[in-house]
Amino acid sequence: MLRRIAQKNVSRVAGPSHARLLSTTVPRQADITLTIDGKEVSVPQGTALIQACEKAGAAVPRFCYHDRLAIAGNCRMCLVEVERSPKPVASCAMPAMPGSKVFTNTPLVHKAREGVMEFLLANHPLDCPICDQGGECDLQDQSMRYGSDRTRFHEITGKRAVENKDLGPIVKTSMNRCIQCTRCVRFANDVAGVEDLGTTGRGNDLQIGMYIEKTMDSEMSGNIIDLCPVGALTSKPYAFQARPWELKKTESVDVLDAVGSNIRVDSRGVQVMRVQPKINDEINEEWISDKTRYAYDGLKYQRLTTPLVREGSKFVPASWETAMETIRHGYLNSGARGDEIKAVAGALADTETLVALKDLVNRLGSENTTLDSKLGDLPPAQSVDIRSNYLFNTGIENVEEADAILLIGTNPRHEAATINSRFRKQFLHKGTEFAVIGEKFDSTFEYDHVGTSAKDVEAFLTGKADKGFAKIFKNAKKPLVVVGSAVTETKDGAAVLKAVSKYVSDNAGKFLTPEWTGFSVLQRAASRAAAYDIGFTPSTSASSAKPKFVFLLNADDVDPSSIPEDAFVVYQGHHGDHGAQFADVCLPAAAYTEKSATWINTEGRSQLGRTAVPPPGASREDWKIIRALSEVIGNPLPYDDPLTLRQRMFDISPTLVRYDAIEKPSPEITKVGLQSLSSAKSSSSSASTTPFKKPISDFYRTDPISRASVTMADCSKAFTKKQYTIETVDDRTAQASYA
Amino acid sequence: MIRSRTLLRSLPSSSGSSSLRSSAAAKVTVGSIGSRSLATVSDPPVRHYGGLKDQDRIFTNLYLKHDHGLKGAQSRGDWHKTKDILLKGDSWIIQTIKDSGLRGRGGAGFPSGLKWSFMNKPGWEKDPRPRYLVVNADEGEPGTCKDREIMRGDPHKLVEGCLVAGRAMNASAAYIYIRGEFYQEASHLQQAIDEAYKAGLIGKNACNSGYDFDVYLHRGAGAYICGEETALIESIEGKQGKPRLKPPFPADVGLFGCPTTVANVETVAVAPTIARRGGSWFAGFGRERNSGTKVYCISGHVNNPCVIEEEMSIPLQELIEKHCGGIRGGWQNLKGIIPGGCSVPVIPRSDCEKVLMDYDSLKDAQTSLGTGAVIVMDQTTDMISAIARFAKFYKHESCGQCTPCREGTTWMMNMMDRMVEGRAQEREIDMLLELTKQVEGHTICALGDAAAWPIQGLMRHFRPEVEARLAAFHAKNGQTLFGGRLLSEADTRYAIPDNLGGDAQRNIAQVSAP
Repeated sequence: MLRRIAQKNVSRVAGPSHARLLSTTVPRQADITLTIDGKEVSVPQGTALIQACEKAGAAVPRFCYHDRLAIAGNCRMCLVEVERSPKPVASCAMPAMPGSKVFTNTPLVHKAREGVMEFLLANHPLDCPICDQGGECDLQDQSMRYGSDRTRFHEITGKRAVENKDLGPIVKTSMNRCIQCTRCVRFANDVAGVEDLGTTGRGNDLQIGMYIEKTMDSEMSGNIIDLCPVGALTSKPYAFQARPWELKKTESVDVLDAVGSNIRVDSRGVQVMRVQPKINDEINEEWISDKTRYAYDGLKYQRLTTPLVREGSKFVPASWETAMETIRHGYLNSGARGDEIKAVAGALADTETLVALKDLVNRLGSENTTLDSKLGDLPPAQSVDIRSNYLFNTGIENVEEADAILLIGTNPRHEAATINSRFRKQFLHKGTEFAVIGEKFDSTFEYDHVGTSAKDVEAFLTGKADKGFAKIFKNAKKPLVVVGSAVTETKDGAAVLKAVSKYVSDNAGKFLTPEWTGFSVLQRAASRAAAYDIGFTPSTSASSAKPKFVFLLNADDVDPSSIPEDAFVVYQGHHGDHGAQFADVCLPAAAYTEKSATWINTEGRSQLGRTAVPPPGASREDWKIIRALSEVIGNPLPYDDPLTLRQRMFDISPTLVRYDAIEKPSPEITKVGLQSLSSAKSSSSSASTTPFKKPISDFYRTDPISRASVTMADCSKAFTKKQYTIETVDDRTAQASYA
Repeated sequence: MIRSRTLLRSLPSSSGSSSLRSSAAAKVTVGSIGSRSLATVSDPPVRHYGGLKDQDRIFTNLYLKHDHGLKGAQSRGDWHKTKDILLKGDSWIIQTIKDSGLRGRGGAGFPSGLKWSFMNKPGWEKDPRPRYLVVNADEGEPGTCKDREIMRGDPHKLVEGCLVAGRAMNASAAYIYIRGEFYQEASHLQQAIDEAYKAGLIGKNACNSGYDFDVYLHRGAGAYICGEETALIESIEGKQGKPRLKPPFPADVGLFGCPTTVANVETVAVAPTIARRGGSWFAGFGRERNSGTKVYCISGHVNNPCVIEEEMSIPLQELIEKHCGGIRGGWQNLKGIIPGGCSVPVIPRSDCEKVLMDYDSLKDAQTSLGTGAVIVMDQTTDMISAIARFAKFYKHESCGQCTPCREGTTWMMNMMDRMVEGRAQEREIDMLLELTKQVEGHTICALGDAAAWPIQGLMRHFRPEVEARLAAFHAKNGQTLFGGRLLSEADTRYAIPDNLGGDAQRNIAQVSAP
C-alpha cells in the first residue's frame, strides 16, 4: 500500500509536465496538427505556438510569456519562423494554425534572437555578481545560450538609469535591471488584484511602478519576485542571503492556511533560507501567499528547543527524561479520570500526531478531544460524521466553473489567498457574480453585500429571488455557497448550516450533481480537516467535564478560561507562543519544515510534507513525543514507526494516506450529510442578528510561526496598520549602477 | 463655383457606364491595342499621368477658400443623394470601391474595398456586437499635412464618407480620432458633425435611409504611436496608446472588443465621390493597381510648398516643377527627396527624376509612397543631421512596449547623433545598418520599421557623405573607439579590448588619406 503511494508520488513529481493551454479554464477543443522543425505535433485548437513548440521538444526562449498570465508579446524573444510568413512571428502571441510549418532552429531565428538579446542587454547593468537573481536569472541563462559572445554597446551616453521604487517590506526593486517584460504588471492586475501597478512613460523611459509613491499592498505580492525574469524584483528578506546553487530544495506543503499550497523549501544547512511555490494546478497553480513565502524566518525565533518544566513562575530547561517524568507525576497527581483528560489540538498539528494523541487519550478512557477554535470545546455545529459537511467539496480547481458565488462569513483573501486568486480570475474572465453575507472586506473582486448575520442568511435563502444577486444566484447553472469556518465556530453556526443545507437540498438538481457540488465549507487552519476526519471532537458528555489534565498540542488560540487553574497542563509545540504560557511542562516539537507529516487541506486532499531541515536542539517529531509519552504513562501506543502509524491512519480513514488525491463524496452522501445538518435539533438553532466577525484581523500574524517572524511583523505594520514610510531615494542601500 | 456645380451629376448605374470621363477613355484605348497584329510596329502610346483637371478633383475646398459648413459643402456636391448610395446596400458600395482600385491612403496602401469587406464575413448578421468604423485622423507623420487640410476645408466629405463607408461595413457608429493639436480642424469637424445631425444626415435614420449611424469625434493627446491602428483603438478605449498584438485583427476584435475597421481620413473622404461618380471613373486615374487621385503635401526646399490633389502616378519631378515652382535654386540643386513622410527611405536626385508618385514605382525605388508627404531637401541640407532628427523623433515616440523598438530606437538615435558629429568609426556604419535590420520586422507594430528605414535609406544613397564626415572628424580629433570615445581619451594603463575597435587605425588612415 505504502509503496504504491510512494510510487504515485514519484510519478507526480517526476512525470512530464502536462501541456497547459493559453487559458486553463477553456474546455478542450478539437486537436489540430502542425509541423514544428519537421516534427508533427497535435495540440488543442487555440494553443499558443510557443506551447506547440514546447510539445514538439523545441525550446523557445521567452521573457514576457508566462503560461498563467495574459499574453503581452512584447519581449520578442520567442520569435520563430513560420512558412509563408515574411517576418518572424512571436510564437507566444500566435495561435497554432493547422498545417503550418514552423521552424525554431533556422539562421533567421537565431539572428532574431541574438538581436533581441543584444537589445535587452544594451540597457541592462552588468551587476550580475551583486545581483540576487544570479544563478536563476533568465536573462543570464538565455544570453549564454542565445546571445552574442561579445557586446557592441559602448555608447558614451551610457546606459539607462531608473530610480528604484519602494514597494514595501517584501519586494526589493532594482529598476535598472528591468527589461520591461510586464509580467509583474499582468500578475498584479489579473491575479493579485492590484490594479495600480503599471507602466508609466514611454519608449526608453518606460518604467514599472505604482504610478504614485506607495507600497504594493497585496497578500500575493511575493509572486512577482518569482515572475521577474531578471533581478529587478528580488526578495527583501532574502537579499544577499544565499545563492540558488547553495540551497537544498525540498518539496513540501504549506500549513499556514488550510489550502495546502505546494511549496519548495530551500534550505542551507539547518536553516530554511526561503520558501518558493511549487506548481500544482489543482491547488495553488503557481502562486503562494506572502505569509506562506515569508513566515519562514519565524522558524528561527521564539523556538522551544529543549523541554521546559515550570518551577514557580519560571520555566526551567530540563532533559526529556525529567520532563516526561514530571508529566507522569502531574498526570497521576491530578487524578484525572476519563473525560477529565483533555486534549486540545491547534492549527499546526499534523495528522499523525492528531491520530496518536487521540489514540492515547482514548486509551486513557477520555473522549475529550477538542480544538482550540472558538467553541472548540463543544461538539462541532456540523456533524462531522460525513466529510462533505466540513470540507471544501467543490474542489479548489473547480471553483473556476462556478457562475455565482455566495460567501457566508468568510474573507477568502485572508483565509485562503490562493483560492481567492481563482475567484479574481473568474471575476475577470468569466464574469462570475459574487455576494457576501458577513463583514465587508477589501476584496479583489466586486461583490454584492447582501447581509451581515445569520438572520440575513436565512432571509436571503428563503426570500424572493426577483432582483439583484438573488436572481442571478437562482438562475445560475453552477451556484456555489461557501460557508466560512468562522461561522461554524459561532453560536449561529448550526442555524446557518441548517438554512444553507436546506436550500442546497431543495435545489439539489443544481447544487449536487455528479459534476458539480455547490456546497463548501472553507477551513482556515491546516489541521482542521484532519481533526474532523479522525473525529478529534468531544462527545457531548465529555465536553461538559471539568478537565484536570490538559494536553495542548500546538494549541495557541486556546481560550484561557477553558483551562482550569488547578489542571496540569502540558504544551507540545515548536514555538513559545500563547499556549506555552499555560503549561506546566513544555515539550519542544518540530515545525512543518522539520518533519515528514500528513496534512489534509480544506478540500480533503491528503498531502505529505517533507523534512527540509532537522528540528532544532532537543526538539523531536511530534508523534514520536506522544509515542514516548504513552510509554512513560504506561499505556504504550502500538506503533513504533511512521509506516505502522500510517497503517493505523489507513484503518481510521483510507483517505488520510491516499496522498494527493481527493476522495470526493458522492452527491448522495453529501445529501445525507446535508440532511443531518438541516434536521439538527439544537437549542441555539434559531438565527440571531449578530453580525459575523472576520476571524482574521491581521493576515500576517495568525499562527505561532508568523507571529515570530520579523518579516511578517514588518508586513503587518506596513499593510495591516498602514504604517510604512516610503524610502524615496535608496539612502539605506545606495547602489551605483555601473554601466 | 460653376465648375464645382458640374460635379452634381446623377449617380451612375451599378454597371458604371458613365460617359463623362476624361482620362478613363485613354485607358480604354490602351487596353484595345493589346491585340495588335504582327504588322503593327508602333508601340502603344505612352500614357502620361498628371495634370488632374479641376472637374476631377475630389477635394474642392482644400485651401479653405469657400464655406466649410454644410451649405458650402452641399453647394460643392456633398450630401447629394447620399440616401441613394446608402440604399444600394453594402455589397454595392464595397464593389464600387473595389472597382475603383482605391488603396488605403494612410501609408500601407492596402486595397480598401477588400479591407472593408472583411467586416462582412459570412454570418456577420448573427453577431450581436456593435460594429465600428474608426477614422484615423491622428496625422502625426512629420511632413504630412493632407488630412488636416481635408478636415479643415472639407469636413463634410469626411462625415459623409463615414456614413458611406460605415454603411458598406454595416457599422453602427464611426469614431474619428483626431490629433489633439488639430484644434481648428477639430472645431470644423465637430461643426460638420453637428450640422449633419441637425439636418438628419446622420444619427437615427440617417438621410432618411432607415439606417442608424452615429459619428463621434475623439481628440487625441498628441502621441505619434496613436496613429497606429490598434494603439489608436486602445487610446479611444482610454488606455495607454500601445499597439495590440495581431491576431486578432480589429475586424474580429477591435474597438471595445467589437468588429472594427480603421481607415485613413482621405480614404474615407473619397468614398462618397467614388460612389457618386463610379468606380471606373476613379480607376481611370493613375497606373493599374495605383489608381485614383491623391492629395500630396510637398514641403521643404521648394519654391512653393503646397498641398495639392493630383493624379496618382504623376512623375515626382513633374509634381514638384508644376505645383511647387521647382526646387529652390533649380533642379540641379536637389539633394534628395523623402517621398512619403519621414518613415520612408530618402532617394537621391537621380531616382527622383525617374520615379512616379505611386505605390509600385516608389517601391521599385526601394522607398514607399507612404502618406504622400514629399519632403524635398536641396544641397544645403545636412542629410545626416536630417535623418538623425528622424531617429530622435522615433526614439521619442516609441511606446516602449516591445524590446527591439524600445532599445533599438534609442541606440540608433545615439549612433546617428554621433554620426552627425562624425564621432564614430567607419565600421559602426555597418553596425548601425545591422541594428536597423535587427529592429525591422521584429516589432509588434510598424514603428520599428519606420525608425529603421530612413537610416537604411541614408546609408544606401549617402554613405560616402557619412564616411567623409567621419574621416573629417578623425582627421581633426584622431581616431575614435566604438561607442564614440576618442582613442586619445582611453586610459592607456589598461589594454583596450579588441571589441572597442582600437585596432582600426589603418582603416581610418586609408579612408582619410586623400
